[in-house]
Amino acid sequence: MDYAVIGTRVPRVDAREKVTGTAKYAADYSLPGMLWCKVLRSPVVHAKILNIDTSKAERLPGVKAVITAKDFGGWTWGFMATTRDEPPLAMGKVRYLHEGIAGVAAIDEEVAEAATELIKVDYEELPGVFDPEEAMKPGAPVIHDYRPNNVSVEYHWNYGDVEKAFAESYIVREDRFSTGRVTKGYLEPPASLAYYDPSGSITVWAAKQSPYFHYRHLAACFRLPLSKVRVVQPYIGGGFGGTKNDSVAGDFCAVMASKKTGKPVKFIYSQEEELMTSKRRHAMITYSKMGATKDGLLTAVQAKVIAEGGGYTAIGPLSMYLAGASIAIPYKLANFKYDGYRVFTNNPVCAAMRGHGITHTRFAHDLQMEMIAEELGIDFMEMRLRNAIDNPKPGTVYRTVNDVTLNTCGMKEALTAIKEDPIWAEREHAPKRVGSTSFGVGISGTAYVGGARQLGHQSCAAVIRLCEDGTANLLTGATDCGQGSDTVLCMIAAEELGMKLDDVVIKRVDTAYTPCDPGSYGSRVTLLAGQATQIAAAEVRKQLAEAAAKTWNAKPEEIQIRNSVVSLKSNPDKSMTLENLAKIASYSGSGAVIMGKGYSSYGLEPLDFKTGAGNGGTSYSFTAQATRLGVDLETGHTTVTDFLLAHDCGRPLNPIGAEGQNEGGAVQGLGQAIYEEFIIDQGHTRNSTFLDYKMPRSTDIPDIRIIDIITDDPNGPYGAKEASEGSHVSAPPSVMSAIHDATGIWFKEQPVTPEKIVKALKEAGKWGK
Amino acid sequence: MKEIRITVNGKPYELSVRPWATLLEVIREDLGLTGTKEGCGVGECGACTVIMNGKSVNACLVLAPEADGKEITTIEGLAQGEKLDPIQQAFYEIGGLQCGFCTPGMIMSTKALLAETPEPTDHEIRKGLEGNFCRCTGYTKIFESVREASRKSRR
Ligand code: FES
Ligand code: FES
Repeated sequence: MDYAVIGTRVPRVDAREKVTGTAKYAADYSLPGMLWCKVLRSPVVHAKILNIDTSKAERLPGVKAVITAKDFGGWTWGFMATTRDEPPLAMGKVRYLHEGIAGVAAIDEEVAEAATELIKVDYEELPGVFDPEEAMKPGAPVIHDYRPNNVSVEYHWNYGDVEKAFAESYIVREDRFSTGRVTKGYLEPPASLAYYDPSGSITVWAAKQSPYFHYRHLAACFRLPLSKVRVVQPYIGGGFGGTKNDSVAGDFCAVMASKKTGKPVKFIYSQEEELMTSKRRHAMITYSKMGATKDGLLTAVQAKVIAEGGGYTAIGPLSMYLAGASIAIPYKLANFKYDGYRVFTNNPVCAAMRGHGITHTRFAHDLQMEMIAEELGIDFMEMRLRNAIDNPKPGTVYRTVNDVTLNTCGMKEALTAIKEDPIWAEREHAPKRVGSTSFGVGISGTAYVGGARQLGHQSCAAVIRLCEDGTANLLTGATDCGQGSDTVLCMIAAEELGMKLDDVVIKRVDTAYTPCDPGSYGSRVTLLAGQATQIAAAEVRKQLAEAAAKTWNAKPEEIQIRNSVVSLKSNPDKSMTLENLAKIASYSGSGAVIMGKGYSSYGLEPLDFKTGAGNGGTSYSFTAQATRLGVDLETGHTTVTDFLLAHDCGRPLNPIGAEGQNEGGAVQGLGQAIYEEFIIDQGHTRNSTFLDYKMPRSTDIPDIRIIDIITDDPNGPYGAKEASEGSHVSAPPSVMSAIHDATGIWFKEQPVTPEKIVKALKEAGKWGK
Repeated sequence: MKEIRITVNGKPYELSVRPWATLLEVIREDLGLTGTKEGCGVGECGACTVIMNGKSVNACLVLAPEADGKEITTIEGLAQGEKLDPIQQAFYEIGGLQCGFCTPGMIMSTKALLAETPEPTDHEIRKGLEGNFCRCTGYTKIFESVREASRKSRR
């Protein structure tokens, strides 16, 4: 395909601001006379709040407002109408350590902090429960009265006939897998500057990856029409789901304090507050039973998934949906049963994170498939190739047993690309052992849904305004939180308009001016805001072509615009600059205003939580990954040297961006696989600093190569599907597979830390050998 | 309050600061240079890296009085007008950034690294950036950016 802009290697549209330090993030905003807000947090994990005495704090000089739960009049929020269980500040009861109790606004941060210490709270401590399997047992402490069994979300889905399929299988395995307590780990902690102005409108400059969630929360909480809530989008220092999709205690307190004082109020969480309290990935236990024929063809999967939910429901219904709905991709599977339980505990709240829901079950099932292959004596690559779903012929779809429909599937092609690469093909020739280090190569083959949907409003929209000098402004409600969507959307607009990329300028989201948008989650922005941008640009282009046709006495179809030059297809000598045409179009007759708008239409199926049938998004990416690593058999230390990812994102529209997403996603997956985990002891997080939490550093990074598998999906602009979450999902199973190759031991619990490796080596009599 | 004199990006300042204020607070709040970021405030992430008398430091760990008499360069001090520093140019071209929150610190650490080791090996690049977390990029394009910056600086 002959694209002028799509598929070219261009710098990010925001790169200049970011390398010069002029890009402003929420913490960089201030207003004259602004106050600082701090949140008082609970020192206990589970307790009734008997009384809050704020009188001393209020008397401290410099304190302007003290906020408690009663200021919010009992308002709570949540993902579904039936799960609105989370208040801005703990209301009557504390459910996890460091839950917000009160907010203070004062003339500076130090006074605000000092005032929080003067608030006296009487707690009646309650027994806590910290393990989801314990919390499900009868008699366990009840965390929410509306869920007396502590199960916050529960699904039971059944496709085909698993019992019959297991009975007829040649081999059946049962294993327990688990994923750890990990977090997004962005460097920019939550922050916002809020102003409740005298006209009764709210404006916030807030670090939100989904600003329209926050906009709805604020309108509901402060009982204002949406038209009076303005969320202005600064640059965002990373999102990855969870907290920045949502609102935090500081957000509500800052707005409430501004309402009470008439002054702008700012808060910035410390990174420790973020790590102790904010929404992170669920930790999930997967009890998986898998059957196969003698030839290794999968017959059935039965998965019982128990997720730790923490103190509130948050987006848990979707997390549990995704964990189950993806069981029948990327491998053919005629029978599966899924029992999903999300369970309240007195730990911090679990929600979405990159690789949402799917990472847990795909990890379990990819690994379990290898275990079966090992028992059957089938090569791991061969096992995957035998089971992988074929790429449907153009115009046809592949339908899973639960009605997930694939228009394209590059799984086999991706696996084959890995198979033929020396990292896999020549693995027997690479050194197996150097000193005490044993090397191994592992693979994975995984799928991820893109263009994800939730409940309520789904479509992304774009507006393009042509300027009379032949440049354009692009407005969208879709947020670039670092992933690069502003760049790819400008590329799409430039491609469709025939404009130079530099001439398309995108504005940051501002809910007062940009069209409403669901948010940046579920790998949806390039697909949906991309389609919206395409439509909006086509509308502008049509008006331009009509104006040019009129000028040249030609037909609009004959007009060609490329690289900001307009010409006649039949007579290339007839040409003018786009600037010239823009003037003609804008000034002719009574004058015209050239604008285009569009909204996305891909993927309109409603989510079916009850049965798990159908699509949770528009299309599916497929990733095959090879990992080479060394395990020190004395210390248990793992050094990962190589990642090779063959990734089917349909078509990379912005190659630098897509590579960056795959690299970043895979490294975050590596963190989850071997380094990262919160140590939480009776509700107390013991490693609440970056140093102790252990995200991958520059010295931990393998050499990463990416192979693009092009499948051109019909449900995405220019054939695009998702990139980033797929690579996050592919990393953990391929790392585990490589550790198995190096040690001969299957590790089924993430993260595989050196301690776990040494312990397992000792048990296997292989330690130091 | 304590009086200090510091030079930031070539400009001399006389400031009166709280003795326990950090250099990071002085840079961001007193001088309004918000390009330097605070990721953790406790010396663990490198987002606040600046160069003080030729050495890279975490500004959140330097008390303002310790910076008295020192010369400091922040991210705002690298470009010459419109012209980017070769390191900034390399990050810009190669795509060594996503959300950009680690970027000022990464670039300042690279500045210090290349000043000492103009042609770093891959190992030296990784070591040189060990104190700077990046959660977005997986570091791969950052390493490429540093290699490209090294080539550009020597041209
Ligand atoms: S803010 Fe200084 S090291 Fe993190
Ligand atoms: S670019 Fe986001 S932390 Fe590095």
